[in-house]
Amino acid sequence: MTFWPLLAIAAAVIAAYLFSSRRALALRVSGRGYFHSLPSYHGLLAAISALMAGLAAFILLRQFEAFSALAIAAVAGTVAVVAAALPATKISAAFRARPVFEAIVLGILIASSVVAILTTVGIFASVVFESLVFFREINVFSFLFGSHWAPTGTPPAFGFIPLLVGTFLITFIAILVAAPLGLFSAVYMAEYATSNVRSVAKPLLEMLAGIPTVVLGFFAALTVAPLIRNWGESIGLSVASESALAAGLVMGMMIVPLISSLSDDIINAVPQSLRDGSYAMGATKSETIKRVVLPAALPGIVSAIMLAISRAVGETMIVVMAAGLAANLSLNPLDAVTTITVQIATLLVGDQEFDSAKTLSAFALGLVLFFFTLALNYVALRIVQKYKQQYD
Amino acid sequence: MTDTPYQKLLAKRYASERRFRAYGAIALILTSVFLLYLLVDIVRKGWPAFVEHRATFDVTLDASQIDKANPAATDYLVIVKDAWRSQFPDLNSRTDKKQLNALLSQNAAESLKQQVIDNPGLIGQTVRADVLLSDDADLYFKGLSQETDTTLLDRVREKIEITRNMSWRLLNNGDSREPELAGLRGAIAGSLLTVAVALALGLPLGIAAAIYLEQFAPKNRWTDVIEVNINNLAAVPSIIFGLLGLAMFLNLFGMPRSAPLVGGLVLALLVLPTIIIASRAALRAVPPSIKEAALGVGASHQQAVFHHVLPLALPGILTGAILGMARAFGETAPLLMIGMVAFIADVPQSFTDAATVLPVQIYLWSDLPELGFQSKTAAAIMVLITILFLLNGFAIYLRKKFERRW
Repeated sequence: MTFWPLLAIAAAVIAAYLFSSRRALALRVSGRGYFHSLPSYHGLLAAISALMAGLAAFILLRQFEAFSALAIAAVAGTVAVVAAALPATKISAAFRARPVFEAIVLGILIASSVVAILTTVGIFASVVFESLVFFREINVFSFLFGSHWAPTGTPPAFGFIPLLVGTFLITFIAILVAAPLGLFSAVYMAEYATSNVRSVAKPLLEMLAGIPTVVLGFFAALTVAPLIRNWGESIGLSVASESALAAGLVMGMMIVPLISSLSDDIINAVPQSLRDGSYAMGATKSETIKRVVLPAALPGIVSAIMLAISRAVGETMIVVMAAGLAANLSLNPLDAVTTITVQIATLLVGDQEFDSAKTLSAFALGLVLFFFTLALNYVALRIVQKYKQQYD
Repeated sequence: MTDTPYQKLLAKRYASERRFRAYGAIALILTSVFLLYLLVDIVRKGWPAFVEHRATFDVTLDASQIDKANPAATDYLVIVKDAWRSQFPDLNSRTDKKQLNALLSQNAAESLKQQVIDNPGLIGQTVRADVLLSDDADLYFKGLSQETDTTLLDRVREKIEITRNMSWRLLNNGDSREPELAGLRGAIAGSLLTVAVALALGLPLGIAAAIYLEQFAPKNRWTDVIEVNINNLAAVPSIIFGLLGLAMFLNLFGMPRSAPLVGGLVLALLVLPTIIIASRAALRAVPPSIKEAALGVGASHQQAVFHHVLPLALPGILTGAILGMARAFGETAPLLMIGMVAFIADVPQSFTDAATVLPVQIYLWSDLPELGFQSKTAAAIMVLITILFLLNGFAIYLRKKFERRW
């Protein structure tokens, strides 16, 4: 369906380039004056106009079911050739092909960078519109402050608080694990490690950062959770099989590379003169780190931890696989709790009706998640900007 | 030894120095131990999926049961199951028969069938058949069974010749409901199609955006907005991109559910910030003198960038692109949202076929109750991690090979 039209367009583009550039070259060689643009630019201009016109025709014609692939190919090819003929007829010494071509290229570059904006707008629009529909049915306040979450129950309840508490419990455990591990690894790597240790430790951390979260989720659910359960029960505690502790621990390990690599950069950015000054006063290395380097790096470290929190809050697969589905309002790390992302995922997997409050509630959760992570990132950025000290 | 207060204090300070240093080392060691334990645990769990057990016994190919003209049309499973039960003449109650049948795979007759089609002369003779066991029996012979009543399997072990083979079904088969038959071929094909779309869209867009922002963009409020926006986008949770795909691509534009095309679109948007940020860093690393020299001999701004700066930045850009691709390969959550989670036994052939991808397959298998799928899941993880390590290794190789200090 798409092969023949694309082939026709490609043929037209190549033909346009070859024809126009050769023609310009022939004219130049035959001595028709000093050419403003190189022959290749005449060719490129013809080629790019052929490409754009051909693709436009192709996309337009595809909307109609009636045309066969070959018919579309013929039309798109012809349109491309005609579009290429327009600049080709203008080939002359005075025709400024290069600026025209470069203007088109610049337009394409600008359009590409606008895609990122469009993505944000798209995310914002899709989350907000569906949420508005949801909040027409469910009161905003009963959503934000309700303490009971049962979207499939009769009657369904959409109280957000248990999810929030669950998310924070798991995130808290994760940060409790990741902050010391990440920070101490970063300090060790930046200040103590020999280059040999660094050359082993850095790839290891990068490897850990590159492990997909679905793998960590599997590990959390099948290895860590039973381990914790067995330990807990051997000392007489009752542990849910999908405890928040297991998900939080593994999520913490996921975040360690993030914190350590960000902190590593920040610690390395603290100028050597500060350390030298401290050593000259007789401080030991650890005293220098604790009293001089870390305070100087503090804003950066705080922002690294905030980015880590935003990663943990938005992380999905580990909690989908290792945390529970039931929305228990509990702060006990041995209980099963659920999180915002788990609920979004479970509400939207499988076939769903778009007009039910149940599916729409996932978008409301998405809205909350989106703004929460956005706010964290913004604050992290501001902290760095505000406390960034200009050394030297 | 004079323990002056000064010496005491010094000893204390040195002890605290050693402690602090040890904390750092412990943090690194703990992290490494976690990683190694994770990998070892996965390999230990996944290894059995590359091994399968087969039973070898005599099967009489009764001429009356097989159509000589068209041997492919016969149901060989019935013949194999009859022969299998006849190995245990004393077990002939209904439940016994049922249990015996359950020890053979649904695909048990596959090799026998091929044998007969290749060599129709075998019809009427008795052949030694090599028959694939079912998941339950396979687990028993691997020593992984959690079955409490193994009397039947103990008898099989005594009576029948069981062979152990390497099995590449995991890589050759499509998905299946039977653990012993399930494979990753469909998921791998789906992953390749999806990542191909993501790369075909994300790479040119990302590089073009990076070139514009780094080389052409005027410094004004508008470009500031784009820049802040890209940084924010890089930190948006991936599941939100799934919501975008669901609401925009599926509901608004009516694109097909579960298709690699849509998955690729979503992943392209997801890795776009990564590619832009990496490409910008690579472009920034090219010293301005190169561009200035080109401008100085009369190149236009675009000629200077496309003919001189971009080729020098290309290795760095490619490294970033490969890392983005590795991220796209391992991403699961947004693809769950756009319906790439269905059970799909066929290998997807085009960008609009229903498909699933490797990480989603891992998620799906990890949810299944059969014990046999546990090792399949771990083995699928081994495949995924191998692909990712190869990609990352390639990126590191590129970086090492083309790295230049100016």
